[in-house]
Amino acid sequence: MIELLAPFEYDYMVKAMWVSGLVGAVCAFLSAYLMLKGWSLVGDALGHAVVPGVAGAYMLGLPYSVGAFFAGILAALSMVLVRQRTKLREDAIIGIIFTSFFALGLLMVSLWPASVNIQSIIMGNVLGISDADALQVVIIALVSLAILILKWQDLMLVFFDESHARTVGLNPLMLQVLFFTLLAACIVAALQTVGAILVIAMVITPGATAYLLTDRFRTLLLLSVGFGAVTAASGAYISFFLDGATGGVIVSLQTALFLLAFFLAPKHGRLAARRRATEVEELP
Amino acid sequence: MSALWSFFVEPFAYDFMQRAVLVAVLVGAVSAALSCFLVLKGWSLMGDAISHAVLPGIVLAFLLGLPLALGAFAAGLFSALATGYLKEHSRVKEDTVLGIVFSGMFAVGLVMFVKVETEQHLTHILFGNMLGVTAADVLETAIVAGITLLVVLLKRRDFVLYAFDPQQARVMGLNVRLLHYGLLVLLSLTVVASLQAVGIILVVAMLIAPGATGFLVTRTFGRMLAVAMAVAIGSSLLGTFVSFHIDAATGPCIVLIQTAVFLLALFFAPRTGLLMRRLGHVPELPSAPSRQ
Amino acid sequence: MTRLSPEVPDEAWRLDRVRPALEVNDVTVAYPNGTVALRNASFRLAGGTIAGLVGVNGSGKSTLFKAIMGFVTPARGSVGIAGMAVPEALKRSLVSYVPQSEEVDWDFPVLVEDVVTMGRYGHMGFFRIPSARDKQLVAEALERVGMSDFRKRQIGELSGGQKKRVFLARALAQEGRIILLDEPFTGVDVKTEQAIVELLRELRASGHLVLVSTHNLGSVPEFCDQVVLVNRTILAAGPTAEVFTQANLERAFGGVLRHFHLEGADLHDDSDRRRVTVLTDDERPVVFYGEPGPDRSDEPERDR
Repeated sequence: MIELLAPFEYDYMVKAMWVSGLVGAVCAFLSAYLMLKGWSLVGDALGHAVVPGVAGAYMLGLPYSVGAFFAGILAALSMVLVRQRTKLREDAIIGIIFTSFFALGLLMVSLWPASVNIQSIIMGNVLGISDADALQVVIIALVSLAILILKWQDLMLVFFDESHARTVGLNPLMLQVLFFTLLAACIVAALQTVGAILVIAMVITPGATAYLLTDRFRTLLLLSVGFGAVTAASGAYISFFLDGATGGVIVSLQTALFLLAFFLAPKHGRLAARRRATEVEELP
Repeated sequence: MSALWSFFVEPFAYDFMQRAVLVAVLVGAVSAALSCFLVLKGWSLMGDAISHAVLPGIVLAFLLGLPLALGAFAAGLFSALATGYLKEHSRVKEDTVLGIVFSGMFAVGLVMFVKVETEQHLTHILFGNMLGVTAADVLETAIVAGITLLVVLLKRRDFVLYAFDPQQARVMGLNVRLLHYGLLVLLSLTVVASLQAVGIILVVAMLIAPGATGFLVTRTFGRMLAVAMAVAIGSSLLGTFVSFHIDAATGPCIVLIQTAVFLLALFFAPRTGLLMRRLGHVPELPSAPSRQ
Repeated sequence: MTRLSPEVPDEAWRLDRVRPALEVNDVTVAYPNGTVALRNASFRLAGGTIAGLVGVNGSGKSTLFKAIMGFVTPARGSVGIAGMAVPEALKRSLVSYVPQSEEVDWDFPVLVEDVVTMGRYGHMGFFRIPSARDKQLVAEALERVGMSDFRKRQIGELSGGQKKRVFLARALAQEGRIILLDEPFTGVDVKTEQAIVELLRELRASGHLVLVSTHNLGSVPEFCDQVVLVNRTILAAGPTAEVFTQANLERAFGGVLRHFHLEGADLHDDSDRRRVTVLTDDERPVVFYGEPGPDRSDEPERDR
């Protein structure tokens, strides 16, 4: 029994759990919006596209988030440019850009392996996160959270009914830009916890789980943030015993929670739906 | 001239390079074929998803002593079916479900891996191991790629119709469900075949870039297919040689060369390229079909 | 954009003092790919009106709406709302928009009362906390459209007519002085259609300007006192009786209407010799009693 408390005795673990929890919370906040719009590909793309920036930053001794941001902006601009010029579909454009950026990052790492740990970038390494990196993550997460708490209703309105949003005086373009900037920032923060490949889960799964449990957006947000924080922190905790794979554990927990909701949700769950179907059949 | 010689011919003297070249050609051909459909159907996310979802299948196969390709294929198919099921029975959007399924499976695969293998093997599965393929690997790849390519080429008209206009396909009596799942099966097989060359992480690039390049420079499907294959095979070969010479991972080299070709097409393509537009030549653009 | 009215201090623009008016001046809208959706469009509407915006799909109706809501900026010309430029008017929540059913994501996790409350956002402070007045207006709006009992339902659970009422309630709660409705009669039952018309008449009576985009031709003469005919430009605008004629409609719709002429002995057995023309865009048709057809009174009566 005592062994279960072991992680709390180590500073690095406590730090990891706090950082993960915070990142999980803010990513989950964003996931409420992303999953409603079906923007999985964008989330995945951002996670992959920042990798060369991160690799470069480490190599040059800069803060990793600066490099990541730089790469992210570059990727976004490339997408916009290519989109303007061709009739190629949106998803193919996003696909080419992010895979190229990612390949570039991998190439950089493969050529200069000493300067950066590929595993950390791809798979996350919150258990071994440096204080400098932890600080960046916390700042990004807290600032993003603050902005989201202030603007969540306006964002909801823009994503639900852009026309109406205009008629109440909102500027949909600015709000969308704000959203994607926050998304990029939080994905950069999440890289440390789950790595580039699994970041997508953090920004869609908790929201989807909450979506199966409520019809009200505000409740969805609260649930989503709760799920995100708890699964992330627990995931860090559990990975202590597995000696690694924090990202894998966190996302597995989030997915498991989603499946639970899928089957057991009182109104929107599968079992509830079947019960309703059989009730209808049994009507006289 | 002698530089060219030393670039291409010298490495070819090595056994492993000969095998690598063989794999490059096979993988290039089959991934190019699928990539044409993916680009037309808007299935980039699907390609992304299946290529990641195979991981737990591979690990499980390894644990059970089965061929890794089998595990990968099963996992890929499972992810497609699971996505269909979850989407059917919940109000969550399809793209969201896809993301949840593949990231969840990949995560589980990673966790399983930690308990199982050395770092070395994981690296090869994730990033490919072109320069280290064995003769057995080549055979496996040849079989999988061969079957897939055969089916795709034989049934390509049906697939093209399904990609362009599923309603029409249905009306004409084609079994749309079969085509849909058939395409997914072929996609899974392609992913399995390409794992050797570029690994899980970069397979999706092979499944998009060649088709996209073909789309930019042609107007008919037959030509699109031809261009895609040429691009894919060419970049695979070139990438393999480059990686040999600069001692870098092969996967990224291949992908970056493909991207460079795409950019070239973007700028210089005769009818649709940026250059022609700049020169005031505004052509009829072929358009991608509307999303299904 | 010059103000239609003389300079007035800000308080005078408080909602209850605003005279709704819509002024479209020589507006031309072109999309980036080159198509000119609307050309030299001009018309004026004042409050206390229900105006029908009539035209086929692709005629520029939706472009016109987009221009009024500031979605597109005219390449030439200007749009004035209550004497202000569009962005200013939007900031004051002067325009309410009731969307087409197809445009809404009915799976969005919002309840009926959430949607209606969204109408108040323009009047809420920075932190978007609804005041007592906001809540009262929401309740009144729901009551007025008969949806109070459905407050806590998720919007996807409603019938077609109920869904439309929710968005009407939102427009009411917003206290917009200009109400834009995009094809409000598609997919609603007769009872809801009557309720909507009733509501629009009430809004007209209280001085609002109501603009209804529709291709339900038969209904237009019933409740629209003004009509704007659109086909890439404004073909005609003015009182219904003057503008909504057979000739104008044929111009507006080109060859796209179904056209039935019934006349003489084929139609009825009496001495009314007028030719009947039925025009329809596959919605409720409009019927014109027109010029007498060629005199067939000499021919023997035919059996029907």
